[in-house]
Amino acid sequence: MTYFLCMIIFAVGLYAVVAKRNMIKIIIGIMVMEYALNMLFVLFGYRQGGRSPILERFQEIKNIVDPLPQALILTAIVIGLATTALMVALAVRIYEKYGTFDITKIRKLRG
Amino acid sequence: MMDINLILILMIFGSIIAIETKDILSCVVVVGVVGLFQSLAFLVLKAPDLAIVQLVVEILSLVILLRVILRKEAPEPQHHPDYFPMVVGISLAALVLLFVYPIIHELPEFGYPIMRVAKEYIETGMKATGATNLVSAVILDFRAYDTLGEAVVLFTAVCGALIVLRKTGRKKSGESETEA
Repeated sequence: MTYFLCMIIFAVGLYAVVAKRNMIKIIIGIMVMEYALNMLFVLFGYRQGGRSPILERFQEIKNIVDPLPQALILTAIVIGLATTALMVALAVRIYEKYGTFDITKIRKLRG
Repeated sequence: MMDINLILILMIFGSIIAIETKDILSCVVVVGVVGLFQSLAFLVLKAPDLAIVQLVVEILSLVILLRVILRKEAPEPQHHPDYFPMVVGISLAALVLLFVYPIIHELPEFGYPIMRVAKEYIETGMKATGATNLVSAVILDFRAYDTLGEAVVLFTAVCGALIVLRKTGRKKSGESETEA
């Protein structure tokens, strides 16, 4: 159930990437897909009634959520920001050249 | 369990609103709201480091997108709705959900993960690395090469963005005439 809700978010992002014509909306769709995948990994690592993976003194190691997906996603979020910046930069250049964000208006792909 | 489902449902509604709103500025703001909900969900899922990083990244990407939107006040294109891409998009999304649905039943149940690798990290993490935060122990010690590779990807993406955006560059002779 929880995983399926997460995949619905992914499907919404996929719909935006396929069906929308505005470049900013396509970038937003890719961001939404990114959110869904990050969320899915962290959901895989959650343990029922667990506590965060930070150790304390004199406390037995028990019932900790999985730290491995969290560690992988921590860098993936930052890389998502960098790729978003790259996509926005490309969109800005295309706007400067063609004067529109609409992908169907961008003809004349000259070198 | 219930609260994470609630946050996910709110994220679904937020992303649908973000995609279907006509005004681009509202789209960008609503996608920021979706990111903040995700930060909240990370807190509920007991991942405080991720919640902090998500908050910062969300604000930064909101600033980047807003800068683009506000500088270019692009007129909203007046076009009659084209139904073909919409149908293709909806059917593709439905196909993804159709394929995902049986796979989800094969996965371990939510809340009971298989922690085969992480068990060793949790047991030996404190002794081997001396870090009380197991997430940073995994990032900076057990999987440091992984982090190095991701740093290379980050550097490459930032370099690409800077190169694409730079104004001054060598112009080939004759390019200025052909440029419209």
